[in-house]
Amino acid sequence: MSDKKTALRLAKNKVFKFIVVLFSLGSIIPLLFILLYIFKKGIGVINWKFLVGLPKPPGVTGGGIANAIVGTLMLILVASLFAIPLGVSGGVFLSEYRKSKLAYFTRLSVEILQGIPSIVIGIIAYLWVVKPMGKFSAFSGGIALGMIMLPMVVRSSEEVLKLVPRTLKEASLALGIPYHRTILRVAMPSALPGIVSGVLLGIARIAGETAPLLFTAFGNQFMNWNLFKPVNSLPLLIFNYAMSPYDEWQRAAWGASVILVIIVLLGNIISRMIVNKWKTRF
Amino acid sequence: MENAVLRTERLNAYYGESRVVKSVSISVPENKVTAIMGPSGCGKSTFIRCLNRMHELVSGAKIEGKVLLRDKDIYQMESTLVRRKVGMVFQRPNPFPTMSIYENVLAGYKLNGIRLKRSEADAIVENSLRKAAMWDEVKDYLHRRGTFLSGGQQQRLCIARSLAVKPEVVLLDEPTSALDPKATSKIEDLMEELKESVTIILVTHNVGQASRVSDYTAFLYLGELIEFGPTERVFTVPKSKKTEEYLIGKFG
Repeated sequence: MSDKKTALRLAKNKVFKFIVVLFSLGSIIPLLFILLYIFKKGIGVINWKFLVGLPKPPGVTGGGIANAIVGTLMLILVASLFAIPLGVSGGVFLSEYRKSKLAYFTRLSVEILQGIPSIVIGIIAYLWVVKPMGKFSAFSGGIALGMIMLPMVVRSSEEVLKLVPRTLKEASLALGIPYHRTILRVAMPSALPGIVSGVLLGIARIAGETAPLLFTAFGNQFMNWNLFKPVNSLPLLIFNYAMSPYDEWQRAAWGASVILVIIVLLGNIISRMIVNKWKTRF
Repeated sequence: MENAVLRTERLNAYYGESRVVKSVSISVPENKVTAIMGPSGCGKSTFIRCLNRMHELVSGAKIEGKVLLRDKDIYQMESTLVRRKVGMVFQRPNPFPTMSIYENVLAGYKLNGIRLKRSEADAIVENSLRKAAMWDEVKDYLHRRGTFLSGGQQQRLCIARSLAVKPEVVLLDEPTSALDPKATSKIEDLMEELKESVTIILVTHNVGQASRVSDYTAFLYLGELIEFGPTERVFTVPKSKKTEEYLIGKFG
């Protein structure tokens, strides 16, 4: 009797385990298909000329996407310069003054900011930056992307700084080291791998944002290195080319998708590696 | 009694409304080990945290009364300066995880922005590690992370780190409670040697440890100073019934 019961229980265990494994495999499949499909369609277009060349008019073969790559990098740079200092200091504040009222409201607003649709953030950047400056620009696009990146940097910095043991800060304070140096030279370095990985994840996220750039960075057919002029970006280029009726451009859109996916994947993978390899052992 | 380095006068410590240390007056003699002993929660950690102004870092914490370091009120001094003169070692070893052994020892200088010549720095590191009786163990690994050491070595590294800034008093807050017996006895031996150059205040809930290493013992119970005197006297002819009961293990 009891043997039978045990057998039944073991069988149930196996079925349960099978279902769990099956479903978790199921959650990998969409990603695999997306990657496979994009690479199949796009990898053929990619060559050196595609990476360093400029777009050609429809019908002319051999155009490149260098302007979009440069534009994306510029946007990431501006967004990072905006989001990293603000975000990391916000994270320091939230982890240090966990229970203060201001921390409560900061945390709340950061969460809400994270939930605001990116197109709305684009409109805000248009009103705040593009209109006063009177022109579309890489700068305004970077600010829009920075606003999307900011909550991610704040939250990840807060989380990793919270993991720094209180005893470590006490050790520093007990050596007569002032509070600000304790934070900057003891707590921050211990949390650095986590902060960097949060920043990289943020970058991976904004690299693919399209909507907020429609009326900020605007897009540009030509190469532009000027922060205060419109720039192209990979997602914008994909958006425009994929909508076009020209075969050449549609193929280029697939190629650009591959590049974009690689950037995003690299961001994710490197951030994981940083966390695993450099992780501070307390 | 010999020269007192550190004196408290009717020291009270509070967390919010609750009074954890109650009117403690004590004189800590120079170059001796003074043990603060008592059951858990009797306020001994809080008491020594008042001696280097670490207590005030907790929100809602405050003190009343005076703490005098060589007759100067430490609550009238710069708190960072106080903490350099009154060093502290904690229950759990806490070397800085991002720094090497070498950097850990020099942390009190480096993190304070004090620049040292290479030769000076080397001398301080060697000296402090020698004092902490671990120079021979780590002299070949000075540039490895401090967190690779064993628990006992980490704790001695923390002692070296606090000695490096040349404090007058070192507060040891149950420094062996996270260590095994062997590492514990090493640290106890160390205290014996250290008192030549620095005054030690040792918090412990271990009666045996207090009797082994200290010259003077204070017995704290529920935040009050029950008894204070030379260790030998306190352990053989305690004046208070409470002390006697604690020593024979009736509570605590």
